[in-house]
Amino acid sequence: METQAFLVQQIVNALFLGSIYALIALGYTMVYGIIQLINFAHGEMFTAGSFIGLIVLGALQRMGFVESHFVLSMFVVFAMAMAYVAFLGVAIEHVAYKPLRRASRLSALLSALGMSIFLSNGMMLSQGVSDRAYPPVLGTGGIHVLGARITYGQIFIVAFAVALMVGLNLFVKKTKLGKAMRATAQNRRMAGLLGINIDKTIRTTFVIGPALGAAAGVMVGMYYGSVRFDMGFIPGIKAFAAAVLGGIGNITGAMVGGMLIGMVEVLWAAFLPSEWKDVTAFIVLILVLYFRPTGILGERVIEERV
Amino acid sequence: MVRREIQRFCIYTLFLTILVLPMVGMRGPEFEARRAFTVLSVLVGVLLLTTVFRLLRETSFYRNLGQRIRQRRDRALGKIQVLPRPVALGSLFFLLALFPFAANNYVIDVAITVLIYVTLGLGLNVVVGLAGLLDLGYIAFYAVGAYTYSLLNLHYGIPFWFALPFGVVIGSLCGCIIGYPTLKMRGDYLAIVTLGFGEIIRLVLNNWDNLTKGPNGLLGMDKPKLILPSFSDGGLSWTVVPLKSLPSLYFVILAVALLTVIAVHRLNNSRIGRAWIAIREDETAAELTGIPTTLLKLLAYALGAVFAAVAGAFFAAKLSYTNPNFFVFLESCVVLSIVVLGGMGSIPGIILGALALIAIPELFRELASYRMLAFGGAMTVMMVLKPEGFIPATRRKRELHEEELESEEAADE
Amino acid sequence: MNENGPAKAVLQLNEVHTYYGRIHALKGISCRIPSGGIVCLIGANGAGKSTTLMTICGVQPAAKGEILFEGRPIHRMRPEQIASLGISQVPEGRQIFPLMTTLENLEMGAYLRKDRDGIKRDLEKVYSLFPVLKERRNQLGGTLSGGEQQMLAIARALMSRPRLLLLDEPSLGLAPLLVERIFDTIQEINRAGTPIFLVEQNAQMALSISGWGYVMETGRIVLADRARALLEDEQVKKAYLGE
Repeated sequence: METQAFLVQQIVNALFLGSIYALIALGYTMVYGIIQLINFAHGEMFTAGSFIGLIVLGALQRMGFVESHFVLSMFVVFAMAMAYVAFLGVAIEHVAYKPLRRASRLSALLSALGMSIFLSNGMMLSQGVSDRAYPPVLGTGGIHVLGARITYGQIFIVAFAVALMVGLNLFVKKTKLGKAMRATAQNRRMAGLLGINIDKTIRTTFVIGPALGAAAGVMVGMYYGSVRFDMGFIPGIKAFAAAVLGGIGNITGAMVGGMLIGMVEVLWAAFLPSEWKDVTAFIVLILVLYFRPTGILGERVIEERV
Repeated sequence: MVRREIQRFCIYTLFLTILVLPMVGMRGPEFEARRAFTVLSVLVGVLLLTTVFRLLRETSFYRNLGQRIRQRRDRALGKIQVLPRPVALGSLFFLLALFPFAANNYVIDVAITVLIYVTLGLGLNVVVGLAGLLDLGYIAFYAVGAYTYSLLNLHYGIPFWFALPFGVVIGSLCGCIIGYPTLKMRGDYLAIVTLGFGEIIRLVLNNWDNLTKGPNGLLGMDKPKLILPSFSDGGLSWTVVPLKSLPSLYFVILAVALLTVIAVHRLNNSRIGRAWIAIREDETAAELTGIPTTLLKLLAYALGAVFAAVAGAFFAAKLSYTNPNFFVFLESCVVLSIVVLGGMGSIPGIILGALALIAIPELFRELASYRMLAFGGAMTVMMVLKPEGFIPATRRKRELHEEELESEEAADE
Repeated sequence: MNENGPAKAVLQLNEVHTYYGRIHALKGISCRIPSGGIVCLIGANGAGKSTTLMTICGVQPAAKGEILFEGRPIHRMRPEQIASLGISQVPEGRQIFPLMTTLENLEMGAYLRKDRDGIKRDLEKVYSLFPVLKERRNQLGGTLSGGEQQMLAIARALMSRPRLLLLDEPSLGLAPLLVERIFDTIQEINRAGTPIFLVEQNAQMALSISGWGYVMETGRIVLADRARALLEDEQVKKAYLGE
């Protein structure tokens, strides 16, 4: 009985953490897929989303709106955070990446690194160096499943993350813009020849990826109850590992990879000394890149484009 | 043209407003209007200036001005180059040697830091600039050097100079260990894996309490000593002089930096250097011409690591203290920026880069909290405007500006 | 008919210069494509044939000179604008989207069109032109054979209802029998009213279906004549027809 409860609890934890990593990983994988750039600033977008979530949630709570219209206020919090970070993503793409589209990859990578440093320090200056507390809105209520306790908050977050991922999948598979994104990622020149507006397509990617990261940021803030200006770095690296694990550029892969990284980390924390848990993601990353650089779902062979 | 610029200005202002107001203004429950609008107005001011500049750039007045400035600059540079090289280098060396006698301790301390970063920058330049292997975890080798000396000195009392060879060997071994699995990887993956290795080493230092005392760090290492002959009492005897004062430490790191400059300069023009450049340009072609690419890439990692390990050992000896938080990812970024901003592959560029990135922020100490903000912004701006760095290596400049040159040529015809 | 080629042109290039990298790839190209005809451009590898097509499409913009499509200058436009005017290219190497299905690839061809019914009708039309594509419609583009990919590439270009079709080396890497089929189809497309600009190394094949031909050498057009005349030309025979 004990072990069973423990196991169920760990599975829930892994699902939660995995959804977060998957959401962030999607941003990396989409951007890499379309412009072959590791968007180092993506971790900061996650953090920015978390901060905006905190700001909006705080304002709504002071107005007493959260108590009276819980669902609506949750919607507003997520929508505002995602919209803000989408704006941020588009701005960064325009300023830091677009001028370098034909430059060497090293230049673009360093530009992204610069943006990452700029954003995290900007947030430090504007929002402070210490942890900021998130108002506890998710409550402590929950249900018991096979002896394990699952809070409504966990259920809500996982469900919402899954909904976002399903939505993204539908968008990419079914809509015209989504197909244009895939076409641009697979063969940019040909996409241009067919009349696809490449700039617009890339901009769309920088709306969707950051917005998903922002959603993850709000979730983490609500769940763990605090935000900090540098909280995006480690999850960012782990999510990148997840994207690589799933085969970078592959959207389904990013989801699977995120879940796997979440699971590995939870298992590690459950059975092995937890101060080493941040090492796991790096080790997984290195092992994957060494043994199977195309990822576990790696049908996509990445070729260097000349 | 003017209309488009104004349109651009308005859209950018709108974006800035949306992005700045909530993040800067909403620190607490109240909207801090003054703070938010101050930041916003500064940013919009900068934007306005660039817009005006962009408009002016189109006018013929500016074009003429730019041409005149360029002519002046070329003439001035020409005069400098008239000076014979040995004379120029000799006087530079003379200045560097006299420097500690003219400066106060604070300035010397800054100079020591700059020289440490010059060494690090040149070492990383071997990996990134010459061999073209992007390394985002370079600071780990610096940490390895620092900890090797600290541990050897604390546990076995081994003095600085005797610990150095150990540091060099362990550093180069670490370089090979990290280099080996990445040999098959391409640029982007290499970057992320080296980042991962760098973090692993930091986490190990942080978590291995028994050996490294974890986040508390190691304390009380000896400073470097010199053994000097003395002729007291009519006979020759040897005295051990610990290099405690800042000027003496300055001379040690100056020597290290100069040796690094010479070594990197020689490497640059050697067979190995040319082979590295070949690998950087086209690895497959290099391999086909018979260059042992695997071996040379490992060598690049190992050599790069050696310079960092020496700098690290010196750093730990100078402070008599080290802890894992000196070796965070951001430090790797700083070193990489020195290499890139200065001009990849160019030795004077890297020295200038270290000066710019380490010494200039010291001048604005009261603005210290804005230092990294400006640093990140500058990195992006630099990549967008002048990706080849302040003083580009000639070869590199050609590479990075190829497209522009071509379109200019094309437009000229 | 004048020196430069047939009159009443749908596409006209006047003294076009293009730089590709540092190489001066097109050194003043002038040519015309008549409405309704097939014009071919032949020449050796590296003569600048593909660059000509890329310049027309705006991918490798012209540095100097003028390109007129239906009398309108297009040399300053971006690729997607040019595509929206109705110039459709089947580039060298087919450039299929490998991770999209055949159907999705065809849909991308009709990306700029809004008329759903028309698209559906054209889909049936290209399926009847290339029945194998209908069989393979749910298969990923990257898993098709070379011949099927070439058909898909042509079909995809047709899905945009082009007013001018540019074909780059449609015979490259295909078995002789397939080449013949592809060339039959090209003629069929042309008979339905689409003017075609054909770039080929297979000079014999290309000239035999074209009305007019241009011969290119290192960035310049060195010969321009009726295709039948070029087939008889001693120089062409020696250099490109292997006789």
